[in-house]
Amino acid sequence: MIIEKLLFLCASISILITLGIILVLLLDTFEFFQEVSFIDFITDKKWTPMFKDKHFGIGSLLAGTFLTTVIAVGVAIPIGLSIAIYLNEFAPKVFRKRIKPALELLAAVPTIVYGFFALTVVTPFLKQFIDIDSFNALSAGLVMGIMIIPYISSISEDALYAVPKSLREAAYGMGTTRLQTAFKVTVPAASSGIIVSIILAISRAIGETMIVAIAAGQKPTLTLDPTETIATITSFIVQVTTGDVEHGSIEYKSLFAAGITLFLFTFILNNISYFIKKKYQEKYD
Amino acid sequence: MINVATKNRIKDKLFEYWGVISTLIGVVLLVVFMTDIFMEGISRIDATFFTNSPSGLKPETSGIFPALLGTLWILILTASISIPLGVGAGIYLEEYSEKNWVSSLLEINISNLAGVPSIIYGLLGLEVFVRIMGLGKSVVAGALTLSLLVLPIVIVATREAIKSVPNSIKQAAYGLGATKWQTIWTQVLPSSIGGILTGVILALSRAIGETAPLIVVGAAAYIYDAPDGLLSEYTVIPMQIYTWMPDAREAMKVNAAAGIIVLLMITLVMNGFAVYLRNRWQKKVKW
Repeated sequence: MIIEKLLFLCASISILITLGIILVLLLDTFEFFQEVSFIDFITDKKWTPMFKDKHFGIGSLLAGTFLTTVIAVGVAIPIGLSIAIYLNEFAPKVFRKRIKPALELLAAVPTIVYGFFALTVVTPFLKQFIDIDSFNALSAGLVMGIMIIPYISSISEDALYAVPKSLREAAYGMGTTRLQTAFKVTVPAASSGIIVSIILAISRAIGETMIVAIAAGQKPTLTLDPTETIATITSFIVQVTTGDVEHGSIEYKSLFAAGITLFLFTFILNNISYFIKKKYQEKYD
Repeated sequence: MINVATKNRIKDKLFEYWGVISTLIGVVLLVVFMTDIFMEGISRIDATFFTNSPSGLKPETSGIFPALLGTLWILILTASISIPLGVGAGIYLEEYSEKNWVSSLLEINISNLAGVPSIIYGLLGLEVFVRIMGLGKSVVAGALTLSLLVLPIVIVATREAIKSVPNSIKQAAYGLGATKWQTIWTQVLPSSIGGILTGVILALSRAIGETAPLIVVGAAAYIYDAPDGLLSEYTVIPMQIYTWMPDAREAMKVNAAAGIIVLLMITLVMNGFAVYLRNRWQKKVKW
Protein backbone atom coordinates (compact mmCIF):
# COMPACT_ATOMS: atom_id res chain seq x y z
CA MET A 1 0.00 0.00 0.00
CA ILE A 2 2.76 2.41 0.98
CA ILE A 3 4.68 1.41 -2.09
CA GLU A 4 1.72 2.15 -4.31
CA LYS A 5 1.41 5.61 -2.77
CA LEU A 6 5.11 6.24 -3.27
CA LEU A 7 4.95 5.17 -6.89
CA PHE A 8 1.89 7.33 -7.43
CA LEU A 9 3.89 10.23 -6.05
CA CYS A 10 6.61 9.58 -8.63
CA ALA A 11 4.03 9.58 -11.40
CA SER A 12 2.33 12.73 -10.18
CA ILE A 13 5.62 14.60 -10.23
CA SER A 14 5.14 14.80 -13.98
CA ILE A 15 1.94 16.76 -13.38
CA LEU A 16 3.77 18.98 -10.92
CA ILE A 17 6.41 19.72 -13.57
CA THR A 18 3.76 20.79 -16.07
CA LEU A 19 1.99 22.92 -13.49
CA GLY A 20 5.34 24.35 -12.43
CA ILE A 21 6.23 25.31 -15.98
CA ILE A 22 2.87 26.94 -16.62
CA LEU A 23 2.81 28.76 -13.26
CA VAL A 24 6.38 30.02 -13.49
CA LEU A 25 5.87 31.27 -17.04
CA LEU A 26 2.49 32.82 -16.28
CA LEU A 27 3.51 34.63 -13.09
CA ASP A 28 6.56 36.35 -14.54
CA THR A 29 4.74 37.08 -17.78
CA PHE A 30 1.96 38.67 -15.74
CA GLU A 31 4.51 40.96 -14.10
CA PHE A 32 6.01 41.64 -17.50
CA PHE A 33 2.70 42.87 -18.84
CA GLN A 34 2.30 45.27 -15.96
CA GLU A 35 5.21 47.17 -17.40
CA VAL A 36 4.75 46.54 -21.11
CA SER A 37 1.46 46.83 -22.90
CA PHE A 38 0.22 43.77 -24.74
CA ILE A 39 -0.41 45.85 -27.83
CA ASP A 40 3.25 46.88 -27.94
CA PHE A 41 4.23 43.27 -27.41
CA ILE A 42 2.51 42.16 -30.59
CA THR A 43 2.82 45.28 -32.76
CA ASP A 44 6.21 46.83 -31.95
CA LYS A 45 8.72 46.14 -34.68
CA LYS A 46 11.75 45.99 -32.39
CA TRP A 47 12.83 43.71 -29.55
CA THR A 48 15.56 45.39 -27.53
CA PRO A 49 15.18 44.59 -23.81
CA MET A 50 18.94 44.85 -23.29
CA PHE A 51 19.27 48.38 -24.70
CA LYS A 52 18.64 51.74 -23.09
CA ASP A 53 15.84 52.37 -25.55
CA LYS A 54 13.76 49.32 -24.72
CA HIS A 55 11.30 47.83 -27.17
CA PHE A 56 9.32 44.67 -26.64
CA GLY A 57 7.93 43.59 -29.99
CA ILE A 58 7.93 39.78 -30.00
CA GLY A 59 7.45 39.92 -33.79
CA SER A 60 11.21 40.15 -34.44
CA LEU A 61 11.87 37.00 -32.42
CA LEU A 62 8.94 35.21 -34.03
CA ALA A 63 10.20 36.12 -37.48
CA GLY A 64 13.60 34.62 -36.66
CA THR A 65 12.05 31.50 -35.20
CA PHE A 66 9.73 31.14 -38.18
CA LEU A 67 12.56 31.60 -40.65
CA THR A 68 14.92 28.98 -39.19
CA THR A 69 12.04 26.56 -38.65
CA VAL A 70 10.79 26.86 -42.23
CA ILE A 71 14.28 26.29 -43.64
CA ALA A 72 14.88 23.31 -41.38
CA VAL A 73 11.54 21.71 -42.11
CA GLY A 74 11.98 22.48 -45.80
CA VAL A 75 15.13 20.36 -45.74
CA ALA A 76 13.89 17.64 -43.45
CA ILE A 77 10.46 16.88 -44.93
CA PRO A 78 11.50 15.91 -48.48
CA ILE A 79 14.61 14.05 -47.32
CA GLY A 80 12.96 12.43 -44.31
CA LEU A 81 9.94 11.25 -46.29
CA SER A 82 12.09 9.98 -49.14
CA ILE A 83 14.11 7.98 -46.63
CA ALA A 84 10.97 6.53 -45.09
CA ILE A 85 9.53 5.55 -48.47
CA TYR A 86 12.83 4.22 -49.76
CA LEU A 87 13.52 2.11 -46.68
CA ASN A 88 10.00 0.75 -46.70
CA GLU A 89 9.37 0.02 -50.37
CA PHE A 90 12.76 -0.25 -52.04
CA ALA A 91 15.63 -1.03 -49.71
CA PRO A 92 16.85 -4.54 -48.93
CA LYS A 93 15.89 -5.61 -45.40
CA VAL A 94 19.51 -5.84 -44.25
CA PHE A 95 20.22 -2.28 -45.37
CA ARG A 96 17.15 -1.03 -43.55
CA LYS A 97 18.21 -2.73 -40.34
CA ARG A 98 21.74 -1.36 -40.54
CA ILE A 99 20.94 2.22 -41.55
CA LYS A 100 18.20 2.95 -39.01
CA PRO A 101 20.49 3.21 -35.97
CA ALA A 102 22.91 5.34 -38.01
CA LEU A 103 20.08 7.73 -38.88
CA GLU A 104 18.96 7.90 -35.29
CA LEU A 105 22.49 8.88 -34.35
CA LEU A 106 21.83 12.15 -36.20
CA ALA A 107 19.37 13.10 -33.49
CA ALA A 108 21.67 11.92 -30.70
CA VAL A 109 24.58 14.22 -31.55
CA PRO A 110 24.61 17.13 -29.07
CA THR A 111 23.23 20.28 -30.67
CA ILE A 112 26.28 22.32 -29.73
CA VAL A 113 28.21 20.17 -32.19
CA TYR A 114 25.74 21.04 -34.94
CA GLY A 115 26.12 24.69 -34.03
CA PHE A 116 29.87 24.44 -34.52
CA PHE A 117 29.24 22.69 -37.83
CA ALA A 118 26.95 25.47 -39.04
CA LEU A 119 29.26 28.26 -37.95
CA THR A 120 32.62 26.88 -39.04
CA VAL A 121 31.74 24.77 -42.09
CA VAL A 122 28.38 25.66 -43.61
CA THR A 123 28.56 29.45 -43.39
CA PRO A 124 32.07 29.69 -44.93
CA PHE A 125 30.91 27.26 -47.63
CA LEU A 126 27.83 29.36 -48.45
CA LYS A 127 29.93 32.52 -48.46
CA GLN A 128 31.67 31.28 -51.58
CA PHE A 129 28.41 31.48 -53.50
CA ILE A 130 26.19 34.12 -51.93
CA ASP A 131 26.57 37.33 -50.02
CA ILE A 132 25.70 36.25 -46.51
CA ASP A 133 26.24 37.52 -42.94
CA SER A 134 28.71 35.64 -40.75
CA PHE A 135 25.77 34.80 -38.55
CA ASN A 136 22.69 33.94 -40.60
CA ALA A 137 19.43 32.08 -40.51
CA LEU A 138 20.25 29.99 -43.56
CA SER A 139 23.15 27.90 -42.23
CA ALA A 140 21.45 27.45 -38.89
CA GLY A 141 18.25 26.32 -40.62
CA LEU A 142 20.01 23.96 -43.02
CA VAL A 143 21.97 22.25 -40.27
CA MET A 144 18.91 22.05 -38.05
CA GLY A 145 17.18 20.38 -41.01
CA ILE A 146 19.79 17.63 -41.01
CA MET A 147 19.35 17.19 -37.29
CA ILE A 148 15.58 16.69 -37.49
CA ILE A 149 15.68 14.27 -40.45
CA PRO A 150 15.44 11.23 -38.14
CA TYR A 151 12.36 12.66 -36.39
CA ILE A 152 10.53 12.54 -39.71
CA SER A 153 12.10 9.46 -41.26
CA SER A 154 11.79 7.28 -38.19
CA ILE A 155 8.16 7.94 -37.27
CA SER A 156 7.03 8.00 -40.92
CA GLU A 157 8.81 4.74 -41.57
CA ASP A 158 7.05 3.11 -38.63
CA ALA A 159 3.73 4.42 -39.97
CA LEU A 160 4.42 3.08 -43.47
CA TYR A 161 5.54 -0.23 -42.01
CA ALA A 162 2.24 -0.54 -40.15
CA VAL A 163 0.20 -0.37 -43.36
CA PRO A 164 -1.27 -3.85 -43.85
CA LYS A 165 0.67 -5.94 -46.38
CA SER A 166 -2.55 -6.82 -48.18
CA LEU A 167 -3.00 -3.25 -49.41
CA ARG A 168 0.47 -3.26 -50.91
CA GLU A 169 0.03 -6.69 -52.47
CA ALA A 170 -3.24 -5.59 -54.01
CA ALA A 171 -1.54 -2.62 -55.64
CA TYR A 172 1.25 -4.80 -57.02
CA GLY A 173 -1.38 -7.17 -58.31
CA MET A 174 -2.78 -4.30 -60.35
CA GLY A 175 0.63 -3.93 -61.96
CA THR A 176 1.80 -0.74 -60.24
CA THR A 177 5.46 0.07 -59.74
CA ARG A 178 6.95 0.42 -56.27
CA LEU A 179 6.86 4.20 -56.57
CA GLN A 180 3.20 4.23 -57.57
CA THR A 181 2.38 1.86 -54.74
CA ALA A 182 4.15 4.16 -52.32
CA PHE A 183 2.48 7.37 -53.37
CA LYS A 184 -0.95 6.03 -54.27
CA VAL A 185 -1.41 3.43 -51.55
CA THR A 186 0.95 3.29 -48.60
CA VAL A 187 1.62 7.01 -48.08
CA PRO A 188 -2.08 7.93 -48.08
CA ALA A 189 -2.80 5.01 -45.76
CA ALA A 190 -0.06 6.11 -43.39
CA SER A 191 -0.83 9.81 -43.71
CA SER A 192 -1.77 10.39 -40.08
CA GLY A 193 1.51 8.94 -38.86
CA ILE A 194 3.41 11.02 -41.39
CA ILE A 195 1.59 14.17 -40.29
CA VAL A 196 2.46 13.38 -36.67
CA SER A 197 6.13 13.06 -37.61
CA ILE A 198 6.08 16.41 -39.40
CA ILE A 199 4.37 18.20 -36.54
CA LEU A 200 6.87 16.80 -34.04
CA ALA A 201 9.74 17.89 -36.27
CA ILE A 202 8.32 21.41 -36.51
CA SER A 203 7.90 21.57 -32.76
CA ARG A 204 11.47 20.35 -32.30
CA ALA A 205 12.78 22.98 -34.71
CA ILE A 206 10.91 25.80 -32.98
CA GLY A 207 12.42 24.86 -29.65
CA GLU A 208 15.95 24.20 -30.88
CA THR A 209 18.37 26.51 -29.16
CA MET A 210 22.09 26.02 -29.49
CA ILE A 211 22.32 25.78 -33.28
CA VAL A 212 20.57 29.11 -33.75
CA ALA A 213 22.27 30.76 -30.78
CA ILE A 214 25.67 29.89 -32.27
CA ALA A 215 25.14 30.19 -36.01
CA ALA A 216 22.19 32.52 -36.59
CA GLY A 217 23.36 35.32 -34.34
CA GLN A 218 21.69 37.12 -31.47
CA LYS A 219 20.30 40.22 -33.12
CA PRO A 220 16.49 40.36 -33.24
CA THR A 221 15.51 41.53 -36.71
CA LEU A 222 12.08 41.72 -38.25
CA THR A 223 13.05 40.09 -41.51
CA LEU A 224 12.41 37.02 -43.60
CA ASP A 225 15.73 37.28 -45.43
CA PRO A 226 17.66 34.08 -44.64
CA THR A 227 21.07 35.67 -45.25
CA GLU A 228 20.70 38.15 -42.38
CA THR A 229 21.67 37.92 -38.74
CA ILE A 230 18.59 37.22 -36.64
CA ALA A 231 17.54 36.03 -33.21
CA THR A 232 14.98 33.43 -32.28
CA ILE A 233 13.00 33.19 -29.05
CA THR A 234 15.38 30.52 -27.83
CA SER A 235 18.57 32.35 -28.76
CA PHE A 236 17.28 35.45 -27.01
CA ILE A 237 16.84 33.48 -23.79
CA VAL A 238 20.39 32.16 -24.14
CA GLN A 239 21.73 35.63 -24.81
CA VAL A 240 20.14 37.13 -21.70
CA THR A 241 21.01 34.27 -19.37
CA THR A 242 24.63 33.95 -20.54
CA GLY A 243 25.28 37.18 -18.70
CA ASP A 244 24.10 37.96 -15.21
CA VAL A 245 20.47 38.93 -15.20
CA GLU A 246 19.01 40.49 -12.13
CA HIS A 247 15.84 38.98 -10.77
CA GLY A 248 12.90 41.36 -10.98
CA SER A 249 14.41 43.41 -13.79
CA ILE A 250 12.44 43.83 -16.98
CA GLU A 251 15.06 41.75 -18.85
CA TYR A 252 14.41 38.91 -16.43
CA LYS A 253 10.65 39.16 -16.94
CA SER A 254 11.01 39.41 -20.70
CA LEU A 255 12.65 35.94 -20.61
CA PHE A 256 9.41 34.48 -19.39
CA ALA A 257 7.23 36.45 -21.78
CA ALA A 258 9.34 35.09 -24.63
CA GLY A 259 9.35 31.66 -23.01
CA ILE A 260 5.58 31.43 -22.72
CA THR A 261 5.22 32.33 -26.39
CA LEU A 262 7.56 29.48 -27.28
CA PHE A 263 5.81 27.12 -24.88
CA LEU A 264 2.39 27.93 -26.35
CA PHE A 265 3.47 27.09 -29.87
CA THR A 266 5.12 23.79 -28.98
CA PHE A 267 2.30 22.89 -26.56
CA ILE A 268 -0.35 23.30 -29.25
CA LEU A 269 1.68 21.37 -31.83
CA ASN A 270 2.45 18.54 -29.42
CA ASN A 271 -1.19 18.18 -28.45
CA ILE A 272 -2.36 18.10 -32.03
CA SER A 273 0.13 15.35 -32.80
CA TYR A 274 -0.87 13.47 -29.64
CA PHE A 275 -4.52 13.42 -30.62
CA ILE A 276 -3.83 12.40 -34.20
CA LYS A 277 -1.65 9.59 -32.88
CA LYS A 278 -4.34 8.37 -30.48
CA LYS A 279 -6.97 8.33 -33.17
CA TYR A 280 -4.72 6.55 -35.60
CA GLN A 281 -3.74 3.87 -33.07
CA GLU A 282 -7.40 3.04 -32.56
CA LYS A 283 -7.85 2.65 -36.28
CA TYR A 284 -5.22 -0.02 -36.68
CA ASP A 285 -5.38 -1.87 -33.34
CA MET B 1 8.19 6.67 -78.30
CA ILE B 2 8.32 5.57 -74.72
CA ASN B 3 5.14 3.97 -73.45
CA VAL B 4 3.62 4.68 -70.04
CA ALA B 5 4.84 1.49 -68.43
CA THR B 6 8.45 2.18 -69.34
CA LYS B 7 8.12 5.76 -68.16
CA ASN B 8 6.80 4.56 -64.83
CA ARG B 9 9.61 2.09 -64.53
CA ILE B 10 12.16 4.84 -65.16
CA LYS B 11 10.54 7.06 -62.55
CA ASP B 12 10.61 4.13 -60.16
CA LYS B 13 14.32 3.61 -60.74
CA LEU B 14 15.08 7.32 -60.41
CA PHE B 15 13.30 7.48 -57.09
CA GLU B 16 15.32 4.52 -55.91
CA TYR B 17 18.54 6.44 -56.56
CA TRP B 18 17.11 9.54 -54.89
CA GLY B 19 16.14 7.37 -51.92
CA VAL B 20 19.69 6.09 -51.54
CA ILE B 21 21.05 9.64 -51.75
CA SER B 22 18.56 10.93 -49.16
CA THR B 23 19.31 8.10 -46.80
CA LEU B 24 23.03 8.61 -46.96
CA ILE B 25 23.26 12.39 -47.23
CA GLY B 26 22.79 13.22 -43.56
CA VAL B 27 25.07 10.45 -42.37
CA VAL B 28 27.73 11.28 -44.95
CA LEU B 29 27.68 14.99 -44.08
CA LEU B 30 27.99 14.10 -40.43
CA VAL B 31 30.96 11.82 -41.10
CA VAL B 32 32.66 14.47 -43.25
CA PHE B 33 32.19 17.05 -40.57
CA MET B 34 33.38 14.77 -37.80
CA THR B 35 36.51 13.99 -39.77
CA ASP B 36 37.04 17.72 -40.16
CA ILE B 37 36.69 18.32 -36.42
CA PHE B 38 38.84 15.31 -35.69
CA MET B 39 41.67 16.64 -37.85
CA GLU B 40 41.42 20.03 -36.22
CA GLY B 41 41.13 18.93 -32.62
CA ILE B 42 43.17 15.75 -32.36
CA SER B 43 46.46 17.61 -32.03
CA ARG B 44 45.24 19.08 -28.74
CA ILE B 45 44.14 15.76 -27.24
CA ASP B 46 46.80 14.66 -24.80
CA ALA B 47 46.95 14.10 -21.05
CA THR B 48 47.20 17.81 -20.27
CA PHE B 49 43.94 18.52 -22.08
CA PHE B 50 42.18 16.38 -19.50
CA THR B 51 44.12 17.57 -16.46
CA ASN B 52 44.52 21.32 -17.10
CA SER B 53 42.07 24.08 -16.35
CA PRO B 54 40.93 26.42 -19.11
CA SER B 55 42.82 29.66 -19.33
CA GLY B 56 42.04 32.76 -21.33
CA LEU B 57 45.71 33.73 -21.38
CA LYS B 58 47.24 30.42 -22.35
CA PRO B 59 44.98 28.85 -24.96
CA GLU B 60 47.64 26.31 -26.00
CA THR B 61 47.62 24.62 -22.61
CA SER B 62 43.94 25.14 -21.75
CA GLY B 63 42.17 21.98 -20.69
CA ILE B 64 38.75 20.67 -19.79
CA PHE B 65 39.44 19.33 -16.32
CA PRO B 66 36.76 21.40 -14.51
CA ALA B 67 34.26 20.75 -17.29
CA LEU B 68 34.96 17.01 -17.31
CA LEU B 69 34.44 16.77 -13.57
CA GLY B 70 31.39 19.04 -13.84
CA THR B 71 29.88 16.71 -16.43
CA LEU B 72 30.63 13.73 -14.16
CA TRP B 73 28.90 15.42 -11.22
CA ILE B 74 25.92 16.29 -13.38
CA LEU B 75 25.80 12.72 -14.72
CA ILE B 76 25.82 11.09 -11.29
CA LEU B 77 23.39 13.53 -9.71
CA THR B 78 20.97 13.45 -12.64
CA ALA B 79 21.05 9.65 -12.65
CA SER B 80 20.35 9.42 -8.94
CA ILE B 81 17.40 11.80 -9.17
CA SER B 82 15.82 10.77 -12.46
CA ILE B 83 16.17 6.97 -12.26
CA PRO B 84 14.18 6.35 -9.06
CA LEU B 85 11.53 8.92 -10.02
CA GLY B 86 11.23 7.84 -13.64
CA VAL B 87 11.26 4.10 -13.03
CA GLY B 88 8.83 4.53 -10.12
CA ALA B 89 6.45 6.52 -12.28
CA GLY B 90 6.76 3.98 -15.09
CA ILE B 91 5.94 1.08 -12.76
CA TYR B 92 2.96 2.93 -11.36
CA LEU B 93 1.53 3.77 -14.77
CA GLU B 94 2.02 0.27 -16.13
CA GLU B 95 1.16 -1.88 -13.10
CA TYR B 96 -0.99 0.07 -10.68
CA SER B 97 -2.94 2.81 -12.38
CA GLU B 98 -6.46 1.98 -13.45
CA LYS B 99 -7.77 3.15 -16.77
CA ASN B 100 -9.57 6.31 -15.77
CA TRP B 101 -9.26 10.02 -16.31
CA VAL B 102 -6.27 10.30 -13.94
CA SER B 103 -4.25 7.81 -15.94
CA SER B 104 -5.11 9.37 -19.27
CA LEU B 105 -4.25 12.78 -17.85
CA LEU B 106 -0.88 11.42 -16.71
CA GLU B 107 -0.32 9.88 -20.10
CA ILE B 108 -1.05 12.96 -22.18
CA ASN B 109 0.93 14.99 -19.68
CA ILE B 110 4.06 12.88 -20.04
CA SER B 111 3.80 12.93 -23.81
CA ASN B 112 3.55 16.70 -23.60
CA LEU B 113 6.53 17.04 -21.31
CA ALA B 114 8.65 15.07 -23.74
CA GLY B 115 7.93 17.76 -26.32
CA VAL B 116 8.67 20.81 -24.18
CA PRO B 117 11.80 22.57 -25.49
CA SER B 118 14.78 22.09 -23.21
CA ILE B 119 15.24 25.80 -22.72
CA ILE B 120 11.81 26.00 -21.07
CA TYR B 121 13.05 23.51 -18.48
CA GLY B 122 15.89 25.95 -18.00
CA LEU B 123 13.44 28.75 -17.19
CA LEU B 124 11.60 26.45 -14.76
CA GLY B 125 14.89 25.58 -13.07
CA LEU B 126 15.93 29.22 -12.94
CA GLU B 127 12.81 30.26 -11.09
CA VAL B 128 12.24 27.19 -8.90
CA PHE B 129 15.65 25.73 -8.08
CA VAL B 130 17.98 28.68 -8.49
CA ARG B 131 15.74 31.34 -6.99
CA ILE B 132 12.86 30.00 -4.90
CA MET B 133 14.73 27.06 -3.40
CA GLY B 134 17.80 29.25 -3.13
CA LEU B 135 20.21 26.72 -4.63
CA GLY B 136 21.84 29.41 -6.73
CA LYS B 137 23.96 28.60 -9.74
CA SER B 138 24.99 25.30 -8.26
CA VAL B 139 25.68 21.91 -9.75
CA VAL B 140 22.68 20.45 -7.90
CA ALA B 141 20.35 23.05 -9.44
CA GLY B 142 21.68 22.06 -12.86
CA ALA B 143 21.23 18.36 -12.14
CA LEU B 144 17.67 18.87 -10.86
CA THR B 145 16.78 20.79 -14.01
CA LEU B 146 18.22 18.09 -16.28
CA SER B 147 16.49 15.38 -14.23
CA LEU B 148 13.13 16.93 -14.99
CA LEU B 149 14.14 17.21 -18.64
CA VAL B 150 14.98 13.51 -19.04
CA LEU B 151 12.25 12.19 -16.76
CA PRO B 152 9.75 11.58 -19.61
CA ILE B 153 12.36 9.53 -21.50
CA VAL B 154 12.99 7.31 -18.47
CA ILE B 155 9.26 6.90 -17.80
CA VAL B 156 8.46 5.93 -21.38
CA ALA B 157 11.38 3.48 -21.58
CA THR B 158 10.35 1.86 -18.30
CA ARG B 159 6.78 1.44 -19.45
CA GLU B 160 7.82 -0.09 -22.77
CA ALA B 161 10.15 -2.52 -21.02
CA ILE B 162 7.57 -3.57 -18.44
CA LYS B 163 4.89 -3.93 -21.09
CA SER B 164 6.95 -6.57 -22.86
CA VAL B 165 6.93 -8.88 -19.82
CA PRO B 166 4.30 -11.54 -20.55
CA ASN B 167 1.26 -11.67 -18.36
CA SER B 168 1.73 -15.39 -17.76
CA ILE B 169 4.87 -14.71 -15.69
CA LYS B 170 2.92 -12.37 -13.44
CA GLN B 171 -0.01 -14.76 -13.16
CA ALA B 172 2.39 -17.53 -12.17
CA ALA B 173 3.85 -15.35 -9.41
CA TYR B 174 0.40 -14.46 -8.13
CA GLY B 175 -0.52 -18.13 -8.25
CA LEU B 176 2.35 -18.87 -5.90
CA GLY B 177 0.92 -16.33 -3.49
CA ALA B 178 3.20 -13.39 -4.22
CA THR B 179 1.90 -9.91 -3.49
CA LYS B 180 1.76 -7.35 -6.25
CA TRP B 181 4.98 -5.67 -5.16
CA GLN B 182 6.77 -9.01 -4.71
CA THR B 183 5.76 -9.91 -8.23
CA ILE B 184 7.06 -6.63 -9.59
CA TRP B 185 10.28 -6.73 -7.59
CA THR B 186 11.21 -10.38 -8.15
CA GLN B 187 9.74 -11.03 -11.61
CA VAL B 188 8.78 -7.99 -13.63
CA LEU B 189 11.75 -5.74 -12.88
CA PRO B 190 14.49 -8.36 -13.38
CA SER B 191 12.96 -9.34 -16.72
CA SER B 192 12.70 -5.77 -17.93
CA ILE B 193 15.94 -4.38 -16.52
CA GLY B 194 17.67 -4.48 -19.92
CA GLY B 195 15.07 -2.28 -21.56
CA ILE B 196 14.95 0.11 -18.63
CA LEU B 197 18.72 0.42 -18.59
CA THR B 198 18.80 1.12 -22.32
CA GLY B 199 16.35 3.98 -21.86
CA VAL B 200 18.20 5.32 -18.85
CA ILE B 201 21.53 5.42 -20.68
CA LEU B 202 19.96 7.19 -23.66
CA ALA B 203 18.36 9.70 -21.31
CA LEU B 204 21.64 10.37 -19.53
CA SER B 205 23.49 10.74 -22.80
CA ARG B 206 20.94 13.37 -23.76
CA ALA B 207 21.49 15.13 -20.43
CA ILE B 208 25.25 15.25 -20.93
CA GLY B 209 24.92 16.86 -24.34
CA GLU B 210 22.50 19.55 -23.20
CA THR B 211 23.78 23.10 -23.13
CA ALA B 212 20.81 25.45 -23.32
CA PRO B 213 19.03 24.68 -20.02
CA LEU B 214 22.33 24.77 -18.15
CA ILE B 215 23.16 28.19 -19.55
CA VAL B 216 19.80 29.38 -18.22
CA VAL B 217 20.32 27.94 -14.73
CA GLY B 218 23.78 29.40 -14.62
CA ALA B 219 26.52 26.96 -15.58
CA ALA B 220 29.34 29.45 -15.60
CA ALA B 221 31.58 30.28 -18.50
CA TYR B 222 34.78 30.81 -16.53
CA ILE B 223 35.34 28.08 -13.99
CA TYR B 224 38.83 26.93 -13.16
CA ASP B 225 38.17 24.25 -10.55
CA ALA B 226 36.15 21.09 -10.36
CA PRO B 227 32.98 21.24 -8.23
CA ASP B 228 33.69 20.42 -4.59
CA GLY B 229 30.15 20.06 -3.31
CA LEU B 230 26.49 20.09 -4.21
CA LEU B 231 26.28 23.87 -4.00
CA SER B 232 29.52 24.47 -5.85
CA GLU B 233 29.66 26.46 -9.09
CA TYR B 234 30.35 24.34 -12.13
CA THR B 235 30.75 24.12 -15.85
CA VAL B 236 30.20 21.18 -18.21
CA ILE B 237 31.88 20.07 -21.42
CA PRO B 238 29.32 21.55 -23.86
CA MET B 239 29.39 24.81 -21.89
CA GLN B 240 33.17 24.91 -22.12
CA ILE B 241 32.98 24.34 -25.88
CA TYR B 242 30.42 27.13 -26.15
CA THR B 243 32.77 29.45 -24.27
CA TRP B 244 35.73 28.64 -26.50
CA MET B 245 33.83 28.80 -29.77
CA PRO B 246 33.49 32.57 -30.33
CA ASP B 247 37.16 33.18 -29.44
CA ALA B 248 38.96 34.35 -32.57
CA ARG B 249 42.31 32.83 -31.61
CA GLU B 250 43.18 29.72 -33.60
CA ALA B 251 44.29 27.79 -30.52
CA MET B 252 40.86 28.34 -28.97
CA LYS B 253 39.16 26.93 -32.07
CA VAL B 254 41.38 23.88 -31.72
CA ASN B 255 40.36 23.62 -28.07
CA ALA B 256 36.69 23.79 -29.03
CA ALA B 257 37.23 21.05 -31.62
CA ALA B 258 39.10 18.92 -29.09
CA GLY B 259 36.29 19.46 -26.59
CA ILE B 260 33.79 18.31 -29.22
CA ILE B 261 35.83 15.15 -29.82
CA VAL B 262 35.66 14.32 -26.11
CA LEU B 263 31.92 15.08 -25.94
CA LEU B 264 31.19 13.02 -29.06
CA MET B 265 33.23 10.09 -27.74
CA ILE B 266 31.23 10.07 -24.53
CA THR B 267 27.93 10.34 -26.43
CA LEU B 268 28.94 7.61 -28.90
CA VAL B 269 30.10 5.23 -26.19
CA MET B 270 26.87 5.72 -24.24
CA ASN B 271 24.67 5.29 -27.31
CA GLY B 272 26.65 2.30 -28.48
CA PHE B 273 26.38 0.70 -25.06
CA ALA B 274 22.62 1.31 -25.07
CA VAL B 275 22.22 -0.32 -28.48
CA TYR B 276 24.42 -3.25 -27.38
CA LEU B 277 22.32 -3.73 -24.26
CA ARG B 278 19.11 -3.61 -26.23
CA ASN B 279 20.28 -6.21 -28.73
CA ARG B 280 21.67 -8.50 -26.04
CA TRP B 281 18.56 -8.22 -23.96
CA GLN B 282 16.31 -8.89 -26.92
CA LYS B 283 18.32 -11.95 -27.84
CA LYS B 284 18.58 -13.37 -24.35
CA VAL B 285 14.98 -12.96 -23.37
CA LYS B 286 12.80 -15.23 -25.43
CA TRP B 287 9.38 -15.82 -23.99
